[in-house]
Amino acid sequence: MIPAAFEYHPATSVDEAIALLSQYGDDAKLLAGGHSLIPTMKLRLAQPAHLIDIGRIPGLSYIREEPGVVAVGALTTYATIERSEVLRRHFALLPECASVIGDPQVRNRGTIGGSISHADPSADMPGAVRALKAEIRVRGPQGERSIAADDFFLGTFTTALEPGEMVTEIRFPLPPERTGSAYMKLANKASHYAVAGCAAVVTLGADGTCTAASVVITGAGTLPTRAAAVEAALLGKKLDEATVAEAASHAAEGLELMEDIHGSKQYRAQMACVMARRAILKAAERAQG
Amino acid sequence: MGIAALVGTPIKRREDPRLITGQATYVDDIKLPGMLYMAVLRSPYGHARIRSINTEAAKQAPGVVAVYTAQDLKGVVGNIPVAAPLPPHITNGMGRRGPLAEGKVRFYGDPVAVVIAESRYGARDALDLIEVDYEPLPAVVDPEKAAQPDAPLLYEEFGTNVAASVRPPTDEIDRVFAETQANGGIVVKQRMVNQRLAPSPMETRGVVAEFRKADRTLTIWSSSQIPHLLRNYLAEQLGLPQHQVRVIVPEVGGGFGCKLNIYPEEALVAFAAMKTGRPVKWIEDRSENLAVTIHGRDQIDYVEVAATREGKITGLKVHVVSDLGAYLQFFTDVIAIAFTLPMICGCYDIPVAYGSCDIVFTNKAPTDAYRGAGRPEAAYLVERAVDLVAHALGKDPAEVRMINFVKPEQFPHKMATGTVYDSGNYQAALEKAMQLIGYQQLRAEQAQKRAQGKLMGIGLSSYVEICGIGPKGLTPFGLYESARVRVDQSGDVLIYTGASPHGQGEETTFAQIAADEFGIPIERVLVIHGDTDSTPEGRGTYGSRTTAVGGTAVYNAVQKLKEKMKQIAAHMLEASPADVTLEDGKFSVAGAPQKAVTFAEVAAAANFSNTLPPGIEPGLETTVFFEPEACTFPFGTHICVVEIDKDTGEVHLTRYVAVDDCGRQLNPLLVAGQIHGGIVQGVGQALFEGVVYDENGQLLTSTFMDYAMPLASELPPFELDHTVTPTPYNPLGVKGVGEAGTIAATPAVAGAVADALGLPHVDMPFTPERIWRIIQQQQAPSQPQA
Ligand SMILES: Cc1cc2nc3c(=O)[nH]c(=O)nc-3n(C[C@H](O)[C@H](O)[C@H](O)COP(=O)(O)OP(=O)(O)OC[C@H]3O[C@@H](n4cnc5c(N)ncnc54)[C@H](O)[C@@H]3O)c2cc1C
Repeated sequence: MIPAAFEYHPATSVDEAIALLSQYGDDAKLLAGGHSLIPTMKLRLAQPAHLIDIGRIPGLSYIREEPGVVAVGALTTYATIERSEVLRRHFALLPECASVIGDPQVRNRGTIGGSISHADPSADMPGAVRALKAEIRVRGPQGERSIAADDFFLGTFTTALEPGEMVTEIRFPLPPERTGSAYMKLANKASHYAVAGCAAVVTLGADGTCTAASVVITGAGTLPTRAAAVEAALLGKKLDEATVAEAASHAAEGLELMEDIHGSKQYRAQMACVMARRAILKAAERAQG
Repeated sequence: MGIAALVGTPIKRREDPRLITGQATYVDDIKLPGMLYMAVLRSPYGHARIRSINTEAAKQAPGVVAVYTAQDLKGVVGNIPVAAPLPPHITNGMGRRGPLAEGKVRFYGDPVAVVIAESRYGARDALDLIEVDYEPLPAVVDPEKAAQPDAPLLYEEFGTNVAASVRPPTDEIDRVFAETQANGGIVVKQRMVNQRLAPSPMETRGVVAEFRKADRTLTIWSSSQIPHLLRNYLAEQLGLPQHQVRVIVPEVGGGFGCKLNIYPEEALVAFAAMKTGRPVKWIEDRSENLAVTIHGRDQIDYVEVAATREGKITGLKVHVVSDLGAYLQFFTDVIAIAFTLPMICGCYDIPVAYGSCDIVFTNKAPTDAYRGAGRPEAAYLVERAVDLVAHALGKDPAEVRMINFVKPEQFPHKMATGTVYDSGNYQAALEKAMQLIGYQQLRAEQAQKRAQGKLMGIGLSSYVEICGIGPKGLTPFGLYESARVRVDQSGDVLIYTGASPHGQGEETTFAQIAADEFGIPIERVLVIHGDTDSTPEGRGTYGSRTTAVGGTAVYNAVQKLKEKMKQIAAHMLEASPADVTLEDGKFSVAGAPQKAVTFAEVAAAANFSNTLPPGIEPGLETTVFFEPEACTFPFGTHICVVEIDKDTGEVHLTRYVAVDDCGRQLNPLLVAGQIHGGIVQGVGQALFEGVVYDENGQLLTSTFMDYAMPLASELPPFELDHTVTPTPYNPLGVKGVGEAGTIAATPAVAGAVADALGLPHVDMPFTPERIWRIIQQQQAPSQPQA
């Protein structure tokens, strides 16, 4: 658990970080909260020769209300998200998700930008970001661009970030009236990552039927996956227990399931359905206000 | 009784301020000038032949001072010590090893080579430059498969992996089983897996060695439970006279039995210090700790129990398969035979008990004593057996326990296993626990929840264990304990104990004993431990023996000094020693309380040596060795409640009541602390923990990302109470409490889970998927037999 040698570069601005990234290319890694990268380095699964610390760049940790959007800086920690009144008001799912990540130490260090960039299939935050249909702002040598969360996660530890790019902000569009959201996970009893989790967002019409649903499964599959069949089964329906249970039973469809000592494929598939049912019911309850 | 009257009161631990403010010194805090660092190259295979090792590139790496392999140690460093090698094979060398693997590696993590370098990082980097040519061999990780004739062999020359078998004749137990059945009784059978655990102390192991060439003295700092044994065996391993080896055990961040061992790294660091002439440090990292520090448990138990229709147990037959892992550590071979088999009757007056055992090598890390060491396995299997009887007869498990308990008037009681229990009142503890938890009400609540389709279970565990080892004959060497007590000229009391507390709090309890006996404030008493140069020979801390044996040594030494002080006081008071009493720190003459001298005045006189009576030596110091005549048997009942989430299989522990009897409690706060921690570890085994290897001997639980430790957030508050049944075998009446919670908790949780599911038995750990699968099966419409 002794990492290989590396050179440490504390970046003072996003531009400097990107310049350093361009300079060192594949030999470099950005360091945010360090709570995924440093364990990997200690096990020597990652041996970057250069570590570019973005954790000291000022002005990248914030939760800002803008017209129609809440913008969250890439370096915002889980602890900050967990305690944010603004987020709690608009997207119960986000603080709820942050609150079940790791332990207080992890939540004090880990960042939302680090989590989504790392794209661990068992991580929680990627599911929440995807379910809320966030827009991910990234900056690279070519300048700035936005990536829709649905296009961001490509596979296990793989994202749409190009070499030299860094995430600067995650933008959450404000939801319509009568929208509720929730995150539920079955935690791996050792790491407390998700064996299976579900981030659910539902919007109800005036008559109580579901007018929009966004359901994403974490943990069970090789990447955070949109449960399209579940969403389809919810639309236009009143979200009573039976309807939700039926819809949630499709949660594992389209998942490329993972398997380890904490859960077989069969178990993960079933837990995806259980977590989906619970998250959707909770979201629906919140949507009713 | 002195003014202080500290014994029995919950005073806070004196060691805590330095521990919780970060001012304590652990091995890794020791930094010596010119110190080098060791890193260990370990086998990535479960089983492989070593064709060749090339260390040239590593030797050339920057900062590297030396690289050693088994070749360098040959004829210089002896084998890893084993306390009690068993015939037929271990006495002939089976399972014995030097500090580095030679010819073959036999488990994942087996040490192959070491690098000694100027920095810890440099040492680790150079490991990657050592080339080892391995020829992978088929591995065997299941002890029952390893015992088969066609299994891959760890030690080819012995033609088997079975190191020893204990197989007494079965005539009597067979007769009892047949009779019981003939009389309408039942025989219930169950195979139980007591899974492998990683002790996981907060502080991993660590060793520093310094060798002074001028006088060939070696000083070892080690995070160990056994400073004197370590010194003695290490001296032998290195061919040094004992007096040239000094072992210092600084603060130890938990041991739980895993530091009751002499490991390869101790000899390796010492060897490197002797060769290089510079101090050398090695600190185990967490991955190493999970892979190569001893594991615990790993037994498969075949249990058969016979009982009458009324629930009276008539016979118990147990066959134990004990998985030794790949090599022998200190007590590896005897855990099952010496600590499980003698305790299989638990608290029950079972007329006939039979125990057999196979101890088997596999391609896994060595097993050894882990909190409870063989007794948790015994308590588990007998508590499960009682529950099996209750389940088969449709009786309440509490009732079956009551029927079978050894009665208070039967003590001292010789069990069917031959083990003699000192004292006990098992029924009282069970009744108290039932009352505390509201047992009848809970059963009613359970019935109600069941009717609603909810899974709630109640589990009981009435445990008894063996502590305070030990009397002669139990092990090949005497397991005494020692104390040197000195009262200095200022009246301060220094206690040098041979025992080696490492977090349990004996700096507090030993001081309480002396302060009360002398009638002085505890602030005047200092307890010193862990340095073989200053403390008298001791046997170390394990088996919940430190207070029963080491505490008694302190008590006896204090009594001796009190007698001498009385003689001196009598002389000062011009009275007869028989008339002098010591109370509240004052020696006075019976009937004339105004005629008195203080404790400090007598201490000054004794040390100043100007007013001593003729024939009395100056000074106040004595060394006492105490070897108990018999073991002690703490007991109690734990009851817990679980609720199972039917959808996920998650088991939630919702209530936990513990009534423990450890004899007299010197400090109830410390007793509670031991019980709390113990319960957590016992619950950990039941719900979370398990070391897992794949069939090739790859360790799948090599980090805490995969090895699940219990967390405070997953546990309910513990409700504690106690009964007090002193042991007659030491003057303090104390029995031992270090392992009780762990021993009790596992079967309590297991009972609750089986109860919730309505099954006779479920194997641990009760992980969500395992429980979910059972529930799925139970809910599946019953398939017609194909
Ligand atoms: C004990 C423990 C328990 C944990 N439990 C959980 C859990 O229950 N659930 C969970 O989801 N996670 C868990 N985690 C992981 C934790 O959430 C991490 O903090 C998170 O995955 C990474 O965030 P970070 O800021 O620490 O990133 P780092 O570790 O600093 O970086 C991770 C990766 O992302 C890259 N990166 C970081 N920031 C950016 C950026 N702005 N732009 C581009 N690339 C970037 C880095 O180069 C690196 O490759 C746990 C971690 C630990 C140590």
